[in-house]
Amino acid sequence: MNARKLTLRAIALGYLLVILVAPLSLVVWRTFAYDASGAWKALSDPDTVHAFKVTLEAAAVAVPLNTLFGVLCGLAIVRRRFPGKGLVNAFVDLPLALSPVVVGLALFLLYGRTGWFGSWLNGHGYQVLFALPSIVIATVFVSVPFVAREVIPTLREIGDEQEQAAHTLGASSWQTFWRVTLPSIRWAVVYGIVLTTSRCLGEYGAVAVVSGSIQGKTETATLRVQEEYENLNTGGVYGISLVLAAIAVTTLILMSIVKPSEERY
Amino acid sequence: MYKSTKSVDKVGTKGRADVTQQKTYDRATIIRRGAAVGASLAAFGLAPRLAGAARTHSAGTTLNLVAYSTPKPVLTKIISDFQATPAGQGVSFTQSYGASTSQAKAVIAGLPADVVFLSTGDDVNLLVDAGLVNQNWDEQGYDGIAADTVVVFALRDGNPKHIKGWDDLTRPGVQVITPNPFSSGSAKWNILAAYGAQRHLGKTDKQAIAYVQKLFGNVVSQDTSGSNATNTFLSGKGDVLITYESEAINARLQGKDIQYVIPRQTMLIELPIAVLQGSPNKDLANKFIQFVKSEPEQEVFGQFGFRPVNKVAAARFAKQFPVRPGQFTIDDKTIGGWRAADKKWFDPSNGLMVKIEQHVGGPTAG
Amino acid sequence: MSERAGAALSLGFVTTFITVVVALPIAALAWSASKKGAGGFWDTITNPEALAALRLTLAVAALAALTNAVLGTITAWVLVRDDFRGKSTMNAIIDLPFALPTIVAGLLLLTFYGPRSPVGVHLAFTRGAIFVALLFVTLPFVVRTVQPVLIELDVEMEEAARSLGAGEATTFRRVVLPNILPGILSGVTMAFARAVGEIGAIVLISGNLPYRTEVASVFVFLRIQSGDPDGAAAVAVVLLAISFAVLLVVGGIRRFATKHERP
Repeated sequence: MNARKLTLRAIALGYLLVILVAPLSLVVWRTFAYDASGAWKALSDPDTVHAFKVTLEAAAVAVPLNTLFGVLCGLAIVRRRFPGKGLVNAFVDLPLALSPVVVGLALFLLYGRTGWFGSWLNGHGYQVLFALPSIVIATVFVSVPFVAREVIPTLREIGDEQEQAAHTLGASSWQTFWRVTLPSIRWAVVYGIVLTTSRCLGEYGAVAVVSGSIQGKTETATLRVQEEYENLNTGGVYGISLVLAAIAVTTLILMSIVKPSEERY
Repeated sequence: MYKSTKSVDKVGTKGRADVTQQKTYDRATIIRRGAAVGASLAAFGLAPRLAGAARTHSAGTTLNLVAYSTPKPVLTKIISDFQATPAGQGVSFTQSYGASTSQAKAVIAGLPADVVFLSTGDDVNLLVDAGLVNQNWDEQGYDGIAADTVVVFALRDGNPKHIKGWDDLTRPGVQVITPNPFSSGSAKWNILAAYGAQRHLGKTDKQAIAYVQKLFGNVVSQDTSGSNATNTFLSGKGDVLITYESEAINARLQGKDIQYVIPRQTMLIELPIAVLQGSPNKDLANKFIQFVKSEPEQEVFGQFGFRPVNKVAAARFAKQFPVRPGQFTIDDKTIGGWRAADKKWFDPSNGLMVKIEQHVGGPTAG
Repeated sequence: MSERAGAALSLGFVTTFITVVVALPIAALAWSASKKGAGGFWDTITNPEALAALRLTLAVAALAALTNAVLGTITAWVLVRDDFRGKSTMNAIIDLPFALPTIVAGLLLLTFYGPRSPVGVHLAFTRGAIFVALLFVTLPFVVRTVQPVLIELDVEMEEAARSLGAGEATTFRRVVLPNILPGILSGVTMAFARAVGEIGAIVLISGNLPYRTEVASVFVFLRIQSGDPDGAAAVAVVLLAISFAVLLVVGGIRRFATKHERP
């Protein structure tokens, strides 16, 4: 065992331990050591339960929509030529590089009372901002890229020989899509779905701007953590954080199971 | 984002993936189909809820209460008391809590509200100027005020830095916590109290402003709201937190380790409550406001650490809530009411606080 | 459905979706920022508090991204070239910052580095806290961009260099580094973009002191909250421009890398 190898290993492990593992393990310790019953009480509070429901509802809309979009967009970008392809590509990538507060502000400007859509919508009695629809729209925005970003390199790598073969064998384009294309990208899609769901559950900045944090109505799980923090309810803060951290760890496990095998190291 | 490498699935004779992949194909299909079914069910279940949430005119009686950041415990009690009365039977409430100025701005931006319970008249004036609250709001019962409190210093156990009065706050090495005055009502009260205290101690306008600037030199955290400031203090940061007496008492009632002292020169904090003109449930909202000002509920305020405006209830808590000799209000001649104070201190472009923040936070500081 | 109709429908859905969901809000943002004209825009972003926030953000983000460039490369190296028990766990945990909600991360960092820190490190409410928070959120980026390149790398080249007498450092510098550099660069740029936009992990731990620990995203947030969305939009557009620039750079790196790919 040479010293350099050990040193590098120690550096990497030490770094991860300090930056990632130690703070994470705090949440477990703090919940159970300090205020386990307070955590339980907060988790069973109807407003907290509702907050989790809102998060799940937003994800339930965003994940299928973005999966459908991701697959179709991947196909369009890789297999077709069309005007504005570069622009579409850029906009698909944008949510990855954009601050969530900027996202929230953009939606605020679009759907607010004086906004382009907002003035019409509010005039007709549709409340978008400070209500569930804006939370859903924000969640969809921030989770747009993930399925597409997994599908595109896969499609590029595979090439369209199989589709062409199927076509010459007489398959219709629908059959080709369903029985040749989709199966070949299946694990990329599943992996993308895991990433998308995780992003939806963890969204904070954009919904903090648009939701109005109305208790029992427009709070998400992440906003609820902040609400409990502001109400000096440490039991609630750590309890909800523990649940969200557990979901995150489950996501990590899922990711390592479902990761396309060529991406395993 | 990175280029991933994938081996190509070999094409079987039937143009489908290799037979050995059959098992995983089926598993993936099942997952996919299950997800599709689940998603459709979710979408179906979601649609009526989205439609319901979309309309602002909701049937049945709901009162939307928008409040500043700290009064949740007392309002929870008052709301449930109200719901037990004949007028409040079957009325459901939505509640939103946040920094006072931010909440007012949110209401202007469309946050649904029937009743607002904010921490400064300044923030209610924002709503008046936006046409959402009638300008006679402060001619209602008790001048539109629901409860009072005072500015206090929250301190560490044992008060190791021996902080008693305003001059102690500008001593070198004393770390002060007060929120950001452009979002928090509590911060505004703190600043005006600091300024007014100096004026009452005989300082000139210029000297008092210089004091406020010196004070902000000692500020180590400017949270967005009063409750966030409390949290920062409770997490161990700072030697003194300038806050509402009601918030200090609230923290103690929740078992937090916090002490407080009322400085000799302090400001009476008057917490306004008002109804929104455009509310579809104006009568109910007004009934709620009258309920809040009724004697029994004023006693509830007292129990939660607020100073009742109702004289009878206030008398019952007189011992708990001493009136300091140097106490003054927003209408004090050195301050001149909210409109004047806002223009002088809190204007976002030219207010004194903008200049002070800049001066204190420049490259030479921190 | 005919092939043409199906393709047209699908393409129509894709373009409409991305327009309504992403492009239109961005357009509304740009329009709001331009409402007061070029002069008004300039005034808003040269507001001293805004400038201070932007300067702080860019500086700390760059520092965090570069730190993770070095440590991320080391981590990727260890994951690809080394083998030990628990390596796959270590590999999985690197994605934690992607999976954990940022507000939870911020709270944990506050607990860990706050005044009651269990390890005696009191960074909270200082710029150091911002740095550590950004280290956390940008940790996976360089690791994940360097790993695949390291795997592809032909070990024979390094062995050839060594057999020609090159030391470890030289081998790394002249054989390995040029090949993984595009990976490092694209990871660093994406990490930088992420760090510039971060809010959840920072808002509770930094103290948000104007001119001292207030970052650009918090500045934008506070402006929205104080009913000045147009002022917020001006700074937001600067952040947006940074995001677009980063994407351009990453795309350019990718094209450069594929053009110059060694066989």
